[in-house]
Formats: sequence, C-alpha cells, structure tokens
Amino acid sequence: MASEVEKKAVFDIDSAKEVVQELRASFVAGKTKDYEWRRTQLKAMLKMMDENEPQIVAALRDDLSKPELESSIYEIAMLKNSCKLALKKMKHWMMPEKAKTSLATFPSSAEIVSEPLGVVLVISAWNYPFLLSLDPFIGAIAAGNAIVLKPSEISPATASLLAKLVANYMDSSCIKVVEGAVPETTALLEQKWDKIMYTGNGRIARIVMAAAAKHLTPVVLELGGKCPVIVDSGINLQVATRRIIAGKWGCNNGQACISPDYIITTKDYAVELVDSFKCELELFYGKNPLESKDLSRVVNSNHFARLLKLLDEDKVSSKIVYGGERDKSNLKIAPTILLDVPQDSLIMNEEIFGPLLPIITIDKVEDSFDLITSGAKPLAAYMFTNNKKLKEKFVEKVSAGGLVINDTTVHLAEPTLPFGGVGDSGMGAYHGKFSFDTFSHKKAVLYRSFAGDAPLRYPPYTDGKLGLLKALLGGSILGIIRALMGWSKA
Amino acid sequence: MEKSIAELRETFKTGGTKSISWRKSQLKALLQLINQNEDSIFKALDQDLGKSPVESYRDEVGVLKKSVTYTLSCLEKWVAPKKAEVPLLFFPAKAEVMPQPLGVVLIFSSWNFPFTLALDPLIGAISAGNTVLLKPSDLAPACMSFLVETIPKYLDNKAVKVLAGGADIGERLLQLKWDKIFFTGSPRVGRLVMAAAAKHLTPVTLELGGKSPAIVDTLSTTPSKAKVTAKRIVGGKWGPCTGQACIAIDYVLVEEKLASTLIELLKKTIKRFYGENIKSLKNISRIVNKHQFQRLVNLLKDPDVADSIVYGGSVDEEKLVIEPTILLDPPLDSEIMSEEIFGPLLPIITLKNVEESIDFINSKSNPLVIYAFTEDETFKKRILSETSSGTVTFNDSMVQYRYSI
Repeated sequence: MASEVEKKAVFDIDSAKEVVQELRASFVAGKTKDYEWRRTQLKAMLKMMDENEPQIVAALRDDLSKPELESSIYEIAMLKNSCKLALKKMKHWMMPEKAKTSLATFPSSAEIVSEPLGVVLVISAWNYPFLLSLDPFIGAIAAGNAIVLKPSEISPATASLLAKLVANYMDSSCIKVVEGAVPETTALLEQKWDKIMYTGNGRIARIVMAAAAKHLTPVVLELGGKCPVIVDSGINLQVATRRIIAGKWGCNNGQACISPDYIITTKDYAVELVDSFKCELELFYGKNPLESKDLSRVVNSNHFARLLKLLDEDKVSSKIVYGGERDKSNLKIAPTILLDVPQDSLIMNEEIFGPLLPIITIDKVEDSFDLITSGAKPLAAYMFTNNKKLKEKFVEKVSAGGLVINDTTVHLAEPTLPFGGVGDSGMGAYHGKFSFDTFSHKKAVLYRSFAGDAPLRYPPYTDGKLGLLKALLGGSILGIIRALMGWSKA
Repeated sequence: MEKSIAELRETFKTGGTKSISWRKSQLKALLQLINQNEDSIFKALDQDLGKSPVESYRDEVGVLKKSVTYTLSCLEKWVAPKKAEVPLLFFPAKAEVMPQPLGVVLIFSSWNFPFTLALDPLIGAISAGNTVLLKPSDLAPACMSFLVETIPKYLDNKAVKVLAGGADIGERLLQLKWDKIFFTGSPRVGRLVMAAAAKHLTPVTLELGGKSPAIVDTLSTTPSKAKVTAKRIVGGKWGPCTGQACIAIDYVLVEEKLASTLIELLKKTIKRFYGENIKSLKNISRIVNKHQFQRLVNLLKDPDVADSIVYGGSVDEEKLVIEPTILLDPPLDSEIMSEEIFGPLLPIITLKNVEESIDFINSKSNPLVIYAFTEDETFKKRILSETSSGTVTFNDSMVQYRYSI
C-alpha cells in the first residue's frame, strides 16, 4: 500500500511521458481547437479569479509577503483584463488573414491561417507566480493548445493553489499543472513539446533551449537583465522619482524582470535626485521601512544572502547614501540607494533583482547611451527627459526588449505592445494578440485554379520560355509583351 | 575567422548598417551582382547540379531578383515604427513598435538551391540592418566559390562576409556568439545548430523539410484538368533540382481506382518533359554527389520496394543521374516511406477513399508543405483544419515559394 502511494508521488520521466500522451490524445481529438472549448476555458479562468481572490492574495503573502494592493492589481486585475481582451477578440484573431498575390500566380488567392501548435509547456517564475503562470495560459488557450504548467517551487503556496484551482475549474484532460522542482522539470523537458515558454533567468534558459533543441521545439524565453533608468535634468523630478520608486520597490520590492536596476544621471543632477528619492521614499514607506506593510520581502534566504553579498562588498558598502538596513529573520532589506559604485563591482555586473538601487553618474546625459550599449541588452530601458532629441537618440541607440520614456514598467500593461526580450534578455514576445500569435502556427495557404496553366513553367526548356519567364518574374507588362513577341533576348 | 567576426561586430557598433541608405545601397549592389553575373551563375549551377538555365532562372536568379526588388520597394515601410493603440488609462501616452537590427547574423545555406538559400536570407538580414557572415554549403563547390569571390566585389566587405569550408568550419562558427542564426538544411543538423545556439541564447530560424505529400482528387474531372494536374505534379517533383528540394512533392496519395490513370498521365508527361529514357534525359538536374546518389540507390535496394517500381529505376553512377522513377504502393514501413526522399523517386500510395489521406498524413510528422489537387470545397476545408504543415497549396506545386511575397 505504502509503495503504491510512493510510486504515485514520484513524478519521473514515465509520468511526464504519460501526461504528454494524454494531452496529445486530447489535442488530436480536436478538443482544444473548438471555439466553444476555448471560450469556456477562458471564462472558467475568470470565474476562478473572481471566486478565489482572497486565497490568491493569501498565497502571495505567504510566498512573498506581497502587499494586497500589488497582488490584486499587478497579478489578478491584469490577468482578468488579459482574459477579457482575449474573450472579446479571439474570434477575430482566429480568422484567416487574406494575403496579396502577385501577377506571377494569377489567378490565385492566398491566406494565412492560424492553427494551434499542439501541446505546450509553460514554466513560470516565482516573483509573479500567479500572473506569469496564467498569462501564458490565455494565449495558449485562445490559440487552441493543450497545456502543462510547471509553476516555480520557490513560491510553493501559489504553486499548490494553482494546481488545485486549475484542476477544479479547467478541463484537466487538456490542461494540467505539474508541481515540483528540478527533477520534475527535467523529466518534463525530456519530452517533445510543440512549444516551450520559460520565464526566469539566463542560466536555466540555456538548459531549457538545449533540451528543446533535441526535439526542434520552438521556445519563448522571457528573461531579464539590468534595466537602466537614464535621468535627465529639466524634468518634473517629483513625478519621475515616484514613478521610479513604484517601478522598483513597488514591484515586488525590486524582484521583477522589468524593475529599474540602476540609474544613470549627470554628476550635476545626482545630489538633487538622491534628495528627491530620500524624500519620496520616506513618504511612501515611513522612517522604518523594514516595518512597512507595503513592501514585499526578499523571497528566500538564498536570495537574501545573494543581495547582502552585493551590498556588503568592500568597494560598495561605503557608497550607500540611503537605507542599507536588514532584518534577516524576516528576510527584509530596506530600500537602499548607492551612489557611484565602481563599474567592476558585483552589484554592477549581475541583475540585482532586489531593493538596492545604484546611481551611476556621468558628465553628459548622452554618455549614458554608450554605457548601456556596452552591456548585455536588457528587458527594458527607461529614460526621463523632456528633450525631444534625446528621446529620439535613446530610441534609436538603445536596444532592449521594451523602452519607456518618462515612466517605468507600465508598458507591461499595454496589450498592443509585444512584451519580450532581445539578446540575453530573451526571445519571443507575448501579451494581447502577440500571445495568440506566439502559440499559433501561421500556415500559408495558396489556392490555385486550373485555368491559365502557363506552359513556360514546364520542360522542354527553350530560350523563348526563358525570355518569357524573365519578363513574367520581372512583372513588367511591356516586358511580357516583348517576350511574347520574341523581341527580348533570352 | 575570429578576426572577421570581430570586424562584423565593430561595423555593427558604428551604426552604419542601420541607415536606410546603406541598406538600399547594399540591396542595389546585390541586384547588380545578379544582373551582371547571370551567365557565371548559370554555369556554376550547371557544374554543381546539372541545372538548366530555365530551371536556374526560375528557381534561383528570378526568385532573387524579385526578392531584392520587392524588398527595395517596401524597405522604408518595413523600417518605420508601427503605432500601437494606447488604452484610455494611459492617456496621454503614445506607443509604437520599432524594428531594430539584431546585430551580427550567421547564415548557413544548403546545396540544392545554393544561390536562393544563401542570398534570400541575406536580403532579409541586410534590409533589417544587420551585419552578416554567410557560410554556403561546400557540397555545391562551384557556387560556393562564386559567392566567396564575387560578393566582396559588390557588397560592403566590412559588413558582409562569406566563408568557404565544410562541416568543420560550420562547427567552429557555432561555438561563437551570434545575434541570430538562420539555418536551411536537414532536421539532424538543425538540432545541432539549435543546441549550439542555446549556449548563447541565440534565436534561430530553422528551415528544414519533411515528407511533403500531394493528395490527388481531380482525376475524375475533365481530361484537361487531369492533364494540368499531372503536369504540376511532374513539375513539382522533378522540376526543382530533380526532387532535391525541401518543398518538392515527396509522395502522392490517390484513390486506388484512379491510380492507373494517374500513372499513365505521369508517364506521358515525364517522357514529354524529360525524355524517353535515361540515355536521352534532358531538362533535369542531376544528383549532387556520390553520397546522396548512394543513399537514393539504397532506398531502392529493398526487394519489396524494387518490386513496386512501375516506371524508371535506371541509374547512371558515373553521371550521378537517376531517371524519374515511379513506385506503386511500396511497403509503408520501408525507408523510402519513412525518410524524406529528396530525390527523383515518387511513391504513389493508394487509398480506398481519398479522405483517408488526412489520417495518413497525420500519422507522420508535420511536413513543410501539403499539396492538394481537389475542387471539393469541403475536402479543402478539412485538409486545412485537420492537418498541420508549414504551408498548404491547392491545385498546384512549388509556386507558393517561387512567386510568394
């Protein structure tokens, strides 16, 4: 009896194989392609969120001490909006797109048909464990796929809540949640998927892509990077500071892929900027931010130790101008600002993913572009300026997944903008219709008629045919006439 | 090699390739290269693959000219940022999606369409503002040499480089970090490319192949339609590089009662297009090399497969020629029915009912193209919704690539 229970509890390669087989059978049977099925699943997701908001908020509080406002708005509300948009637009997205045809294939018609890829694997992250698990669901379902979700074990309360809710509300013959850690993920990655979407860090992303390569499985990798914020002078400093704070400490206490990682400003402006931060940070989080209920904690002791290592490095610890307090038992680090840490410090060479904000100073604002482009391409880059030329230069020179001018992080909420990285910050994108597209295969379809079959395509090949073919492919009517008349050289 | 790549990265950093005028000048130079060297290109293709000028123009030179011209006419539109709608919540914000070059791109091309598969991706990479290293296939050596010698004469050497060599060079290139890799070839090598790319998180585009079937449902309509069907099947099998094309028709599916009619039509068409027998074969390419020749000959060695040959089957090892060969119902578990054929052998598989072709196709992995010769609108819809392939073309073959925009 005990060994049977044990057997069931271990999710190994065979279990993974079984899961994929079951889902593939459902997919092949056409269950997920049906429009009504897609609608029902999306509606079930909405119902799931409506009926379980307190439980979701509680799980996020357990895992991350996430303030209720962040959970309700950044995880649940955003997801609901995404879901409602998909419900509204799905029928339109599913329609084939007409494509233009040219003279060379006249008479014919062409279209691009969106079809589901099949069975997809979603591996999500621990920092927005609810959002990053279910947002991909929306695209995958709308596009007609079957799904396996592997939520992060670093946010275990949310992972088991997701497993329970998805089993209760959604069609488990087509959508499953597999909980676990490295062994379970490895077992899943051995299987053949039609697409894998991974949100997390570059090291694991390489493992995911290498596993996908064995099966030629396309991947979407949503990673991160050091998202810089350039701050120019001559701006509304108070608004800028507030927006940076909201994007940094207001987003899971800096533990977000698009959080401002570090700031670049001029030597002349730095003091004013630091003062503005000190003022606003105190307004937001009080004199004892370690006690503020409005800040998430650091997720676990590993990350806590990692962040302290960045902060306590000799050449860095002397650069703290605000904050630096820590509470190990509650895994809290106060919002901390550092001024002019050395470029070769640890904190300037890895993604911080925490409540530490270095400010680097330069002589002229324009110097910031080279500084950014000398590093790996980040997921996002931000600039606060009123100077039109600088804005244009920023957009032209800086390559990042997404850019925002005069704000931070909000582009995430914009469904008409593709959300994804480039270079080390990732590949592929989603949100809005981009989610639907990312989980679809865009099939090219050409309809030809039997009329007008041109003999010049077929052998025997003659000089005359060559001439006519050249003219036809060249597209000029005059050329065609000349060739027909035998006036052009072959 | 490392020096060349460092130079490509430096060039990209200077921002020169981002300018629209640079991109246009390169595209125009490429067009000039093609226009001024047509004869040399025909010669190289004849040397490597025995392609006739018409086939070379139709499938390589013509396709490329069209591609460059089209790209030049659309470039400014493609480069421009696209406005995105912003919800009321964010008023008065503005949003746009802006295309940016990736950086330094590696292109691996294949031997069967050595010009198209090298230069068409190059057109895309340049028009998007990247610097490029092109590694043509050494299995088409005359074409590779032509590209190595001629591209530097027309294009910006600091931004576009061509490297000659074989698999060992390819492997070395894959160890390095690229901003994108574009690969055309077999699924086996595709896996190696993607695995290497994974180490650097380099996005890849893999143009592979598969067993592209042709479903035939039109023989019982008018004789003229039947003739056109036969012409298009023959043209879609042996026309492109004697079947050595990713989108060539691999095998045919037809109802058993129509099989003999189809075979007769195909035989007549083959004779008219290519000649009566292997000695008088013309207007058709040859097999690229001994290795591929042996592979194809081995497909016919299985006695049950050999028994199913109903036309052709003769080979000329010296000239690397295999005549157009038709097989009727070879065993479904034979290699010829499980591997991509990539050659001039055409199996015809018969079914009780043409609708069974859908299940047949679905029992194999997704092909690059499905060709369906049918005028039954319901059947067309079923094929579209119940099968999965890169492309579907109704009532023709090959044109979706040659004339696609």
